[in-house]
Amino acid sequence: MQKSPYTYREGLNDGLPIALGYLFVSMSFGIAAVNYGIPVLHTILISLTNLTSAGQVAGVEILKDVSVFAVSAMEMFLTQLVINLRYSLMGITLSQRLDDSFSTGKRFLLSYFITDEIFCIAAAKQHFIGTRYFLGLATLPLLGWTFGTSIGALVASWMPVSISNLFGIAIYAMFICLVLPVAQERKGVRLCALLAVIISCVIRYVPLFSSISSGFSIIICALIASCVCALLLPADEAEEEGER
Amino acid sequence: MKQSELLILMGIMSLTTYLVRMIPFVLFRHKIRSRFFRSVTYYMPYAILSAMSIPGIFYCTGDPYTATGGFLAAVLLTLKRCNIVIIALGACAAAVSIHVLLALV
Repeated sequence: MQKSPYTYREGLNDGLPIALGYLFVSMSFGIAAVNYGIPVLHTILISLTNLTSAGQVAGVEILKDVSVFAVSAMEMFLTQLVINLRYSLMGITLSQRLDDSFSTGKRFLLSYFITDEIFCIAAAKQHFIGTRYFLGLATLPLLGWTFGTSIGALVASWMPVSISNLFGIAIYAMFICLVLPVAQERKGVRLCALLAVIISCVIRYVPLFSSISSGFSIIICALIASCVCALLLPADEAEEEGER
Repeated sequence: MKQSELLILMGIMSLTTYLVRMIPFVLFRHKIRSRFFRSVTYYMPYAILSAMSIPGIFYCTGDPYTATGGFLAAVLLTLKRCNIVIIALGACAAAVSIHVLLALV
């Protein structure tokens, strides 16, 4: 039997910065969606039921000009599949770090909360994590994401997009804060981050790769960088279980 | 577009997103012993965050000056080991200040 030492409260604490980041980012999503002509209530519903950034942005871009319904439906399915495929990888990775409280039924429910940021915080914990901690971690980000979308959708009529866009930087600041300190200390993480950045820039700027979508690009970067680092500098037990 | 079509498309969107998350999470139950695979899972979050950050951060505000300012503020505050909320707010403050400055010039 494995039992996680982390409580619901600790989850709430760890989730607070994610929620603040989401609040800003989802505000700009709310504004963009309403500017595309999607009703306020539908916009909020999209955030509540999807809880993802890149997928939702791609989704409303499809919704804003539907001509042939069947074509749009197919496009919607494929786009969401590719952009969100990274959550499949994250789910498998996270599965390695869960305690026995994650029964099948709870996995059905809690899988809904797998996002980039929630995954990264959960996967970077020192010990196994349990359902209470995971639910605590997800609570505030879900509220922040839905609430931010609501604010954005409601103020869309009077706030210039150029201003609301500025707050999108918050989420990236959080990414930097998660990677940089560990990269300073660990050679393997440093190499991994550097490799991922190089590949993502190559995909972005080399015309040959211009057809690769943003979701698919993340999958390619994540797989190549982490596999190369795992071959060159295998993480030792201490790094996997201990002082992360 | 009809109201019903909008709702059906939104349903496809949510359901696909959910299934992509749920299926592997429910099916992959066993601990994997391979040291290689465990190393991959150790490095994966850092690879994803790095790839999403650069070059994405330089486009997120809609103009390169405010984005670069926010990026530099985030790096500086992280190196100073500030709290994650301070770092997020600092980056926003930097981006907003540069935006205001550019508007004044």
